[in-house]
Amino acid sequence: MATRTIVPFGPQHPVLPEPIHLDLVLEDEKVVEAIPSIGFIHRGLEKLVEKKDFYEMTYVAERICGICSFIHGQSYCQAIEGVMKIDVPERALYLRTIWGEMSRIHSHLLWLGLFADAFGFESLFMHSWRVREKLLDIIEETTGGRVIFGSCKIGGVRRDIDALGLKRVESELRIIEKQSFELTEVFKKDNSVKRRTIDVGMLSKEEAISLGAVGPMLRASGVSYDSRKLGYAAYSKLNWEPIVETAGDCYARCMVRCRELYQSFDLIYQAISKIAEGPIDVKVTGNPTGEYFARVEQPRGEVIYYVKGNGSKNLERFRVRTPTFANVPPLVKTLAGCELADVPVIVLTIDPCISCTER
Amino acid sequence: MIHIEEQPLLVVDKGTLVEKAGQMSSDGWRLVAITCVAKDNYELTYSFDKDYKINNIRVVLPKDNPVLPSITKPYFAAFTYENELQDLFGITVTDLALDFKGTFYKLSVKTPFAPQSQGPVK
Amino acid sequence: MAQMSIAKVVMRSVLSRPATRLYPFEKRPFYKNTRGSISIDISKCIFCSICQKKCPTDAIIVKKDEKSWEINRLRCITCNACVDACPKKCLNMENMYSPGVVQKGADDKFTQEAKPQSDIPQQ
Repeated sequence: MATRTIVPFGPQHPVLPEPIHLDLVLEDEKVVEAIPSIGFIHRGLEKLVEKKDFYEMTYVAERICGICSFIHGQSYCQAIEGVMKIDVPERALYLRTIWGEMSRIHSHLLWLGLFADAFGFESLFMHSWRVREKLLDIIEETTGGRVIFGSCKIGGVRRDIDALGLKRVESELRIIEKQSFELTEVFKKDNSVKRRTIDVGMLSKEEAISLGAVGPMLRASGVSYDSRKLGYAAYSKLNWEPIVETAGDCYARCMVRCRELYQSFDLIYQAISKIAEGPIDVKVTGNPTGEYFARVEQPRGEVIYYVKGNGSKNLERFRVRTPTFANVPPLVKTLAGCELADVPVIVLTIDPCISCTER
Repeated sequence: MIHIEEQPLLVVDKGTLVEKAGQMSSDGWRLVAITCVAKDNYELTYSFDKDYKINNIRVVLPKDNPVLPSITKPYFAAFTYENELQDLFGITVTDLALDFKGTFYKLSVKTPFAPQSQGPVK
Repeated sequence: MAQMSIAKVVMRSVLSRPATRLYPFEKRPFYKNTRGSISIDISKCIFCSICQKKCPTDAIIVKKDEKSWEINRLRCITCNACVDACPKKCLNMENMYSPGVVQKGADDKFTQEAKPQSDIPQQ
């Protein structure tokens, strides 16, 4: 009978971008089960609604996470606009789409670098982040900040990009697209990448649906579901389909994210060619009363914002269900039965954004 | 243009919750979120999704004795949400399939979101 | 060959100049839109305190009797809410970051000088 040992993984670990704790129960280098435990960076942001009014909560919502910061701000604004039934002008919807897709490209390039670092390919990690730097320069030029965009507000957006700026954005993005194509070719063809990721962390289609997986984890197991098809912002006017792979292992999830990278470039070019003229925001009066669920697609999956107002300046309840929180049960399931050396690869393939998970 | 979707809400009794959840699971609905609003009583909203449509079920619990049956039989993934309800709000959930007994969230203050501890934040 | 698919990227980065910048000898140019720090033209300020009410982190303190406007640089999140709200347009967002400090409490205070007597036109 083999002896069982318990090895703690995290919260400090070189491969983890943010602290999460897993107790791994091992039998001679094979993981039998994993017990998660979170709460290291719980900041209690949901309780701040008692102190700050609903305009200032936009700034708080943007700062829940650094990587998916713009889409958090956009989802909060969409939730309040759903409660108060505000009609956002068209140009603002297109600008939100362009910035949202830039945020998605930045997040996927960051993830590709971290994933390469997880199985030890450090030079590929550095090259991915070098390509990402150019994208952060464009974001700083159009919005003012590299990571926190600060450009979404209730009723529209806060600043505009004129026609000259949009042309410059498009030409810079074509250069970045060519450079990232060279990198994703390495992820697709390199032998060492394939040997570490094929047949690791298998998740079948039925398990993915019953365990509540979201985002690329769901799409890599054969389920075609992307919350952008709901038609918010300008996505109902652009031409695109969700990206699906059927293998269900880490290699399939990596391929889903690489192909989503090209889809984002294509969506930005389409949005730039179709953008409408007009005002960028609308005046907002009154206080929110009622409740609404806003569902938006973040780079990591589907996020749900619940907002409840009772007619005063402070909201009654503000709740965020982030995609990494919904991906914790599939993580626990895929870790059972894997080797100890595959644990970092599997933990990174759910794209953990722990500061989102425990706002 | 306004993009606002229809979000139907059904209020059910605590006793019929597990049966209703089982019905939704066999119809093919995915569980997406469990939300709790804790003011004068506990209002729990279970959100399900199928084919891009959302459906909500609500259960109301009294303030002094919040006990809730678990839906981990039809939906195993609910264990994370129900452990969070136990740790943050102080609700007791019975028949949990994977019960962490208060150790899921590492917090320095027990049940910070429960109604008694609410008040203006300094 | 599958093993050498990264060879092109590696060769190019070996033969060209490095992607990093030798700071502090080479400083990075900031963009026009960069949100760096807040500056004020104190002669135009009327001390209405709208900026103090709009600030989400309470970083601005306005004292009407002393005619002073003070900002706590470590609390400011450069969100631009005060710049948008000022009725006299005397606040401006500079694109240089404020310099680093070694201890808390060294805030930037601006005071409006009283007009000297000789400038008032004689009747």
